[in-house]
Amino acid sequence: MTSTTETSATDAKPGFAGGAANYLDERLSVSAVLKGFGRKVFPDHWSFMLGEVALYSFVILVLSGTFLTFFYQPSMAEVHYDGSYAPLKGAQMSIAYASSLDISFDIRGGLIMRQVHHWAALLFVAAAGLHMLRVFFTGAFRKPRELNWVVGFLLFLMGMGAGFTGYSLPDDLLSGNGLRIIDGMIKGIPVIGTAFSSGFFGGEFPGTEVVARLYSLHIMILPALIIVLIGVHLMMVIIHKHTHYSGPGRTDDNVVGYPLMPVYVAKAGGFFFLVFGVVAAIAATFTINPIWNYGPYDPSPVSAGTQPDWYIGWLDGALRLAPSGWDISIFDYVIPMGVMVPLIVSLLFLALVAAYPFIENWVTKDKREHHVLDRPRNAPTRTAIGAAGVTFYAVLWAGASTDLIATNFQMSLNQVLVAMQIMLLIGPGIAYFVTKRACIALQNKDREVVLHGRETGRVVRLPHGEYIEVHETVDKYELWKLIDYKDYQPVLARPDANGKIGLGNRLRSAVSKIYFEDRIAPVSKAEYELAHADHAPEAVTEKPKRKQKSINA
Amino acid sequence: MRRRPWAAGLVVFLGLVLSGGGYAAATNVVQAETGSPAQVEEGRKLFLANCASCHGTNGEGAIGGPSLIGVGAASVDFQVGTGRMPGQGSGPQLRAKPVQFTQEQISAMAAYVASLAPGPAIPDEEYLRGDGDATHGGELFRINCAMCHNAVGAGGALTEGKFAPALGGVTPKHTYEAMVTGPQNMPVFNDANLTPEDKKDIITYLKYIEDNDSVAGFELGSIGPVAEGLFTWIFGLGFIIAITVWLGAKSN
Repeated sequence: MTSTTETSATDAKPGFAGGAANYLDERLSVSAVLKGFGRKVFPDHWSFMLGEVALYSFVILVLSGTFLTFFYQPSMAEVHYDGSYAPLKGAQMSIAYASSLDISFDIRGGLIMRQVHHWAALLFVAAAGLHMLRVFFTGAFRKPRELNWVVGFLLFLMGMGAGFTGYSLPDDLLSGNGLRIIDGMIKGIPVIGTAFSSGFFGGEFPGTEVVARLYSLHIMILPALIIVLIGVHLMMVIIHKHTHYSGPGRTDDNVVGYPLMPVYVAKAGGFFFLVFGVVAAIAATFTINPIWNYGPYDPSPVSAGTQPDWYIGWLDGALRLAPSGWDISIFDYVIPMGVMVPLIVSLLFLALVAAYPFIENWVTKDKREHHVLDRPRNAPTRTAIGAAGVTFYAVLWAGASTDLIATNFQMSLNQVLVAMQIMLLIGPGIAYFVTKRACIALQNKDREVVLHGRETGRVVRLPHGEYIEVHETVDKYELWKLIDYKDYQPVLARPDANGKIGLGNRLRSAVSKIYFEDRIAPVSKAEYELAHADHAPEAVTEKPKRKQKSINA
Repeated sequence: MRRRPWAAGLVVFLGLVLSGGGYAAATNVVQAETGSPAQVEEGRKLFLANCASCHGTNGEGAIGGPSLIGVGAASVDFQVGTGRMPGQGSGPQLRAKPVQFTQEQISAMAAYVASLAPGPAIPDEEYLRGDGDATHGGELFRINCAMCHNAVGAGGALTEGKFAPALGGVTPKHTYEAMVTGPQNMPVFNDANLTPEDKKDIITYLKYIEDNDSVAGFELGSIGPVAEGLFTWIFGLGFIIAITVWLGAKSN
């Protein structure tokens, strides 16, 4: 074990560092904090590091963003460009755009900082999204972590907001087109839309105010909210302790892993630099948002291939996929359903995501704490719901690039659009069904493996002439993984004290049936023993061979 | 007061002459075409052999091909010079393909078609050198061209399988001819809409972005945030997940 040797190394010799530590300890009692904090145990698994990636991306964003604030000027006053980029020399543009161009062409290190900032932003939201998926599919949102799921969800929304406000700051044609779409959506909201839009833009779009307002949001309000939420998020991780995957000795009452000090401090520190290195390498070699290509914002032109950054893409896709001709006229007022339908659908989707832990808990009524994670196959309905959600999101997301799909794959734009509309309606259902069946099939396979071992393909002829295929018994470590899961059963709607079955009760019973009607129970001890009673000699002969294999691997 | 019956007719006639003549003078579409009789005759033969089945033996049009009377030399030079003509297969839009004729043959066919009726001529070299005002050209490009061809000419989608092609590798002459003749789904940008000087500036801008590599690294096709997002998920996050797996595996 490497951890023990490292611990003894840090304990030794009280040199300068020891003196300094003593000085601080006597005044701030840091040792008490470090003792509690440093002994926090974290389990090891690659999928537990995705949230960390988001956190590090955020640190990179703060560092590179601070650099950018030194040179960026959020003003919409008009100037004539006089920088180094020849095809814009003399062009009339806002100071915001001119200063963004200066960062790209005339300030030393400005371009790479801009690219680091933008790539890190894309990575931040992507890592957060993937982290959310990991938490969802392993059931890490269950009691006691429901509230932390909501905090994480809010962080994801803040990430989208911070990304969009940043995307709009250079005041180039692309960002202006994006803002125009947002303006159109705001104006499409009945009754309050127009007033809200002119309040936000300080008059008619684009006005002269909006860049400065977005700047305040982007560099103060949203980052502050993100920092606070990250604090709450991590605090809750410490309070709840980290979850772990099932294995021998791992229960809902413990955490098996390594202590924060020194193992994870070293690992996490190193990991930060690896993430930073990847972002820097990408930023140094790949162009992102070449604002000089798009030119200064002018409300009349729109470039082909105008898309938002990826995390806003699904909303753009919702707008593109909404059928036309659904508008409702009430006297002289038109309610533009081309805007309202995408708005309502996407808000509903977000609400479902945020509320999922509470929905599942309402179905299971499981009041126990869960610290051992589920394998996705062992919660077939949840995994199927997740797959349906991912499909829904992915179709909307792909919907934002219908034009690029059409040109790059030589298809008709209109047909791509119709195909996506159909996929949006039936795709989630197909994904649900296929995933659920696949999970149940995998559970069945696990059951088979536990009871009868793995097929080896080795056929042996016994002395009396019978042929058998040798099955390899799984070892105890793997066995644990295969049988350690909770088997829920559908609840029946039962009459309450007054002898009545309420509507909520009926609904819950129906949903519970959907969740748990088709299920594979984990192998019980009795079943296991029964199955292995007649196979016992085989298991003994095959076990060493299996070990041999794993050493070679 | 009583108007004579022919007065109205005279006013209409004068109005037509003035507006039509004024339009012709202003747009300057009608340009003299000077092909030698031998070249025109050579072009006619090539036309009869390669084009007449769709465009008619006198270029009057037939099933499958529009009339070429009045399309001008520029149109022939563009369509045949980029390989779009002779057309191959049927689809929403004819694609550029390897050129089927020598420039001499193309010029002969252009001279023949130009001899049928006046039309846009092949542009003068002075507009094609790319020594105009790139800033002005960029502005005009964004206003007039970018909505279909993308801000840096990476191309874009139109309806029903039609598309605006990418502009990389298109010669200045063909760019000019496309503007002045409006091939396939492209609108015509005549000289009243964009003066020859404007066209020269647009060509200058396109030449600048083609000749100068991106200062910021590989461009990912210049198609904007979709490519950037895919890159983030596949390569950025993919590489980082590989690192997490490596870090996670170390302890086991």
